[in-house]
Amino acid sequence: MIKQRKAVSLISGGLDSMLATKVILDQGVHVEGINFFTGFCVEGHTHAIRAKDKKKEKRNNALWVAEELGIKLHIIDVIEEYKDVVLNPKHGYGQHLNPCLDCKIFMVNKAAAWAWMEENDFDFIITGEVIGQRPMSQRKATMPIIARESGADDRLLRPLSARNLPLTLPEREGWVDRDKLFGFSGRNRTPQIELAESLGIKEYSQPAGGCCFLTDKSYASKLGDLWQSRGERAYELDDIMLLKVGRHLRPAPHYKLIISREDGENHYLSGYQHEYTIIRPVSHGGPVTLIDGTPNDADLLLAARIAARYSQGKDTDSVVMSISLPDKGSSDVTVTPLTPNDVPKSWYV
Amino acid sequence: MSEHKIDARRLLCPLPVIRAQDKIKTLNDGDLLTVTCTDPGVRSDIPAWSRIHGHEIIETLTEGREIIITIRVHKSQKEAPK
Repeated sequence: MIKQRKAVSLISGGLDSMLATKVILDQGVHVEGINFFTGFCVEGHTHAIRAKDKKKEKRNNALWVAEELGIKLHIIDVIEEYKDVVLNPKHGYGQHLNPCLDCKIFMVNKAAAWAWMEENDFDFIITGEVIGQRPMSQRKATMPIIARESGADDRLLRPLSARNLPLTLPEREGWVDRDKLFGFSGRNRTPQIELAESLGIKEYSQPAGGCCFLTDKSYASKLGDLWQSRGERAYELDDIMLLKVGRHLRPAPHYKLIISREDGENHYLSGYQHEYTIIRPVSHGGPVTLIDGTPNDADLLLAARIAARYSQGKDTDSVVMSISLPDKGSSDVTVTPLTPNDVPKSWYV
Repeated sequence: MSEHKIDARRLLCPLPVIRAQDKIKTLNDGDLLTVTCTDPGVRSDIPAWSRIHGHEIIETLTEGREIIITIRVHKSQKEAPK
């Protein structure tokens, strides 16, 4: 009796990993998906925060892909372990704070550990990598580095670029037919789109700007500011979530304001009222402002004036603002809102 | 059959899914798991994850900003807790 071969596929929710998985499924291999949550995934925490996104259908694309393909998907929390990838990338950063090559090595390594140690009965790993698709991690020179440093070695198969790469174990052993794999390369998406059509895949996600906030210039700038202000390169999950929310203004190195831009962010920031100082307008409508850092009383008064500048009382002489300190109750202050000219551009993070 | 609860309030997707997934690994066939969440994304994600893995959504309630989803666990003998 021929053994049913099993592969684990890194599913991002995008088209390439969907195609790679489908191609191997069609060769009769049992495939299960794996998806890693690093804390920086665009997929996840963009769901809930902004009210303007509420009209969009809310779905996790990795789960959607798995359901479309009829495979199981295992989502793994790697937030803590991933810190070392972000803080100490052996192969350095890309254009911003994106450690793409180290990230891919980490994920293939984690998939291998899951496939061979935790679950114990998988034969190989699939990724949707395409040579030349990404400037840092998906190059011909980096493909063997990922295979070697992840420990997956020749059990790592890239079905979309396999014919441009050395034979892997599943090809040598005849578990998959190399002739039915592909030799895609470069940034041109036409081959993938044509393959999707030929496989009957009509709907798929192609997120503009990628699936990781670390590739985003504005986000990376806020993360760099966080590290600089704290004097150390470290973060917790709440820190990196809050970088996605609101306007960030830093009037002084020891504190910054996160000012909500709309109702969804008001609710999200209010959820932090037991951990952070929160400022709200009382006499007028306006945004919730969260204070991160160690402000003194004078700083809080300035913060209230800045926050009032974004309230509906911005053109009045006085706005009553409530300042709530975590677990110490709140007090009201009457302030004159700053004018736009009073807020230096250098305060904006 | 036993009933279990997890609090996934303030967690954003996919963390509520991950918490449910990890809890269900420890449960037996027929057990009930109730997950309390605040991210509206769970309305799509927890049912999708449950369908993929063969579990059943028994009930979805909304109380203010909270979404409370109850899942009945379906497992084969092979998937029983290790």
